[in-house]
Amino acid sequence: MLNSTPKELIERAGGAINPAKTCQPIGAMYAALGIHKCLPHSHGSQGCCAYHRSHLTRHFREPVMASTSSFTEGASVFGGGANVKTAVNNVFTIYNPDVMAIHTTCLSETIGDDLPTYIKATEVPEGKVVIHANTPSYVGSHITGFSNMTKAMVSYLAEASEENKKEQANIIPGFVNPGDMREIKRLAKHMGVKSIMFPDTSGVLDSPITGQFMMYPKGGARVEDIRDSGNSRITLALGSYASADAAYHLERKCKVRAITLKTPIGIKATDDFLMTLRSNFVKEIPYDLEEERGQLVDIMTDTHYHFYDKKVAVFGDPDIVAATAEFLLSLGMRPVHVLTGTPGGVTGASAGGFEREVKEMLDQSGVQANIKAGGDLFLLHQWIKNEPVDLLIGNTYGKYIARAEDLPFVRLGFPILDRSMHPYLPIVGYKGAMRLLELIGNALLDRVDRDASDEDFELVM
Amino acid sequence: MAIDQKMLEEIIIGQYPAKVKRNRRKHILIRDTSLAAQEIEANTRTIPGIITNRGCAFAGCKGVVLGPLRDMVHIVHGPVGCAFYSWLTRRNKAKSDDPGKNFLAYCVSTDMQEGDIVFGGEKKLNRMIDEVVEIFHPNAITISATCPVGLIGDDIQSVARMARERHGISITAYNCEGYKGVSQSAGHHIANNGLMEHVIGLGDMEEPPGKFTINILGEYNIGGDSWEVGRVLEELGYDVQAVMTGDGSFEELKNAHVSQLNLVQCHRSINYIADMLEKKYGTPWLKVNFIGIRATCETLRNMALYFGDESLIQRTEEVIARELARIEPLLEPYRKICEGKTAFCFVGGSRGHHYQGLYEELGIKTLLAGYEFAHRDDYEGRQVLPNIKPDADSKNIPELHVVPDDRRYRLKLPAEKMEELKSKIPLSYYKGMIADMKDGSVIVDDLNHKETEELIRILKPDIFSSGIKDKYIPQKMGVPVKQLHNYDYSGPYAGFNGAVNFARDVSMNFVTPAWNYIVPPWKNKPLLEGTVQDS
Repeated sequence: MLNSTPKELIERAGGAINPAKTCQPIGAMYAALGIHKCLPHSHGSQGCCAYHRSHLTRHFREPVMASTSSFTEGASVFGGGANVKTAVNNVFTIYNPDVMAIHTTCLSETIGDDLPTYIKATEVPEGKVVIHANTPSYVGSHITGFSNMTKAMVSYLAEASEENKKEQANIIPGFVNPGDMREIKRLAKHMGVKSIMFPDTSGVLDSPITGQFMMYPKGGARVEDIRDSGNSRITLALGSYASADAAYHLERKCKVRAITLKTPIGIKATDDFLMTLRSNFVKEIPYDLEEERGQLVDIMTDTHYHFYDKKVAVFGDPDIVAATAEFLLSLGMRPVHVLTGTPGGVTGASAGGFEREVKEMLDQSGVQANIKAGGDLFLLHQWIKNEPVDLLIGNTYGKYIARAEDLPFVRLGFPILDRSMHPYLPIVGYKGAMRLLELIGNALLDRVDRDASDEDFELVM
Repeated sequence: MAIDQKMLEEIIIGQYPAKVKRNRRKHILIRDTSLAAQEIEANTRTIPGIITNRGCAFAGCKGVVLGPLRDMVHIVHGPVGCAFYSWLTRRNKAKSDDPGKNFLAYCVSTDMQEGDIVFGGEKKLNRMIDEVVEIFHPNAITISATCPVGLIGDDIQSVARMARERHGISITAYNCEGYKGVSQSAGHHIANNGLMEHVIGLGDMEEPPGKFTINILGEYNIGGDSWEVGRVLEELGYDVQAVMTGDGSFEELKNAHVSQLNLVQCHRSINYIADMLEKKYGTPWLKVNFIGIRATCETLRNMALYFGDESLIQRTEEVIARELARIEPLLEPYRKICEGKTAFCFVGGSRGHHYQGLYEELGIKTLLAGYEFAHRDDYEGRQVLPNIKPDADSKNIPELHVVPDDRRYRLKLPAEKMEELKSKIPLSYYKGMIADMKDGSVIVDDLNHKETEELIRILKPDIFSSGIKDKYIPQKMGVPVKQLHNYDYSGPYAGFNGAVNFARDVSMNFVTPAWNYIVPPWKNKPLLEGTVQDS
């Protein structure tokens, strides 16, 4: 497996080998699916749309609906105005969504299609909305695309229509699973804080089987709620790469204070999330959340010897990886290779401090590590060959490295294509931390069992 | 329930805007065997916003044809997405005696950035080629273009030419930008041209290595299909020189010119090479089908007839008899489950036809079949080829014209023998899907989401076979689904063992207990129960 990956590192500048990221539009498509009765639309040639739908569908095992402008060579040379106009007309007539959320690809971006002009010139039926985001695939990653579409929701929809701000918080959850979005909403509800979450794919990409196909499932952020987000007191942007841009845009547009937090993975980031709600809305943390937290710490003390000093390689999307690294440190583990494919300091984005942020955390814990933004799995594998680890954490593509190096492997992040259930169960909050702890612990202990000689095989561990 | 023209007009096409209506009407047929020929429109541009299942030329070129070649590194020149999504997602299996010469688990992208779009990406592409040579030492390299490459004017052909000189290995470039043509089909054609022009014939073999040397064309070894086919062929004494391209290699491909017969499994994706091999080297091709037991037997018999060797013909019958005796009892329990059921069969450009026979052998009737991107000849048969006019969207796919090779062209069979065989077996001919379909069945080209939903409601198939994008839609309606692109991660489905695997997988889908739980018990029971007492 991966026999051609040498141990010796060489300087590379030709691109990515085994990337740890994908391109913007899939993130935008995912975000758009988090609006109720919205059909995402890909303004490019249809291959992109087919690929993005397929990959999301493989991760969630759910229908993923989206339409495309289906560029031909003619449109690619002379502009895709006619294509998108035809598409909007066909989509509303045949598929009748409330919202069409258009994103772009490297094709329409390279030719410079002017979507605001096209949209203005297109007849949109009464009561229907068309929004758009520019999502050039040659900038950033799928996380950038998620961020751009979320920002478009603010640009097109959010309004400060009331004189006084309402006692409610906007929550931008970042590129996480529907199970995580449900958990974040549950935490806010337990705190007694009214929240508007957008995008929100719960009830869309984890919908039940009923015997009926619902093109637009029950879930998704309602347009009227996204409009009302302009009247909220604060916006919590969970994960700076995925969520901060939209939150700061909302602050500029509607004077809603933006607060950027880590994705609430692990004990510390969850504490921060609850403490922020507590101080902004003067709400006590209810006992049942305190109980959950205490259970988590109880488990951490019970099992500390499973985790202590274990070396971990972790890769994936920057917000998830940074928060996971913090959780690993709180377990006494050592994340010695930390990598994201998403580049830092993306043009026009306020986010981009992955390497600095992770380094600060690791320095405080005295952990020496390889840290890289904009890296790839070929490099990660080489790092592991040079400094072996006890555990690998990342998306499905990590299984090839895990097999090549015979490593215990925990699947985390996007995409996970070879296991089911993960979109339903959270990794955020205290409950999510418990689940993550179980996944990690099981992976490590299964390995101990596998490798033990008969006389060292333990009943109780 | 059957469907007639009136229902088609009223229920499905009738709901479209006028322009869409005019278009889609020509892509849907109801089979009527009383007519001499039925014409369908195919291979035309996709309607924007219709929710098609189609992909692009890049997917057809790199994803389908080039990607499976295991000892070559396939560089994708573009932003990261195209390479990422075509990384290990088609299940074209490959194994190599030399583990250092199988690169399928690697995804190589120039990962173009904004600066590369503005200032051009040739420099970065050159750098990637050099790095690939240094790291992987592959037998050959391909470069596939993506959408922006054509627009910004990167000349990947000249980059490949210069890199070839620099490194002394085969480095070929494919202008398969996603917007070329109207579907994956354009990419097949582009890949065929490149392989024919730059790879096939590059080897120095002059004679076939065995008595019955063949190539298998348009077989991508999904889930191990070509290995199961190869098992039987090997036993019969065939030498498989090259498979295009499942578990294929540059080393085998470059000597593909020596074979005496080319088998064509997927007509759509590889008929260009089949045709060109015949023109250039005089090698005839035979349309084969290894999906289904009857089709497999017929194919083996046709092959034996082509070579006309008595002992081969006899051995073929022996192997067929033995294989049938072995698998028939295995199939029996599955047939009991499948008997009387109905299916939809909508797949890319060939399986929509091939799987109908296998379904039929299990007692399952195909109500609807179609292709995403096949051409009229795949529907109606190759005799319509002279009548197909290229339209504006596909005119720009280059036609490669080959001439007989001075040194290597030879007639594999005398002309009169060829003519005689042509009346018996499909030599250099494919009859298309429609010919095999039953009266009243529906044929749809470029089936879209709307039509999928409506046709399921009307025809109520027991199983829906298609791809990953529409898998979960029928499932939500309670209709079992069998993916016929990736086999739901199972396989092989080809050949004798494949038929058994397929029967098992389809059967377990039908009998999965979960289908019985879709409706919660409280939906069918009143909240309060009681009896009325006589007063």
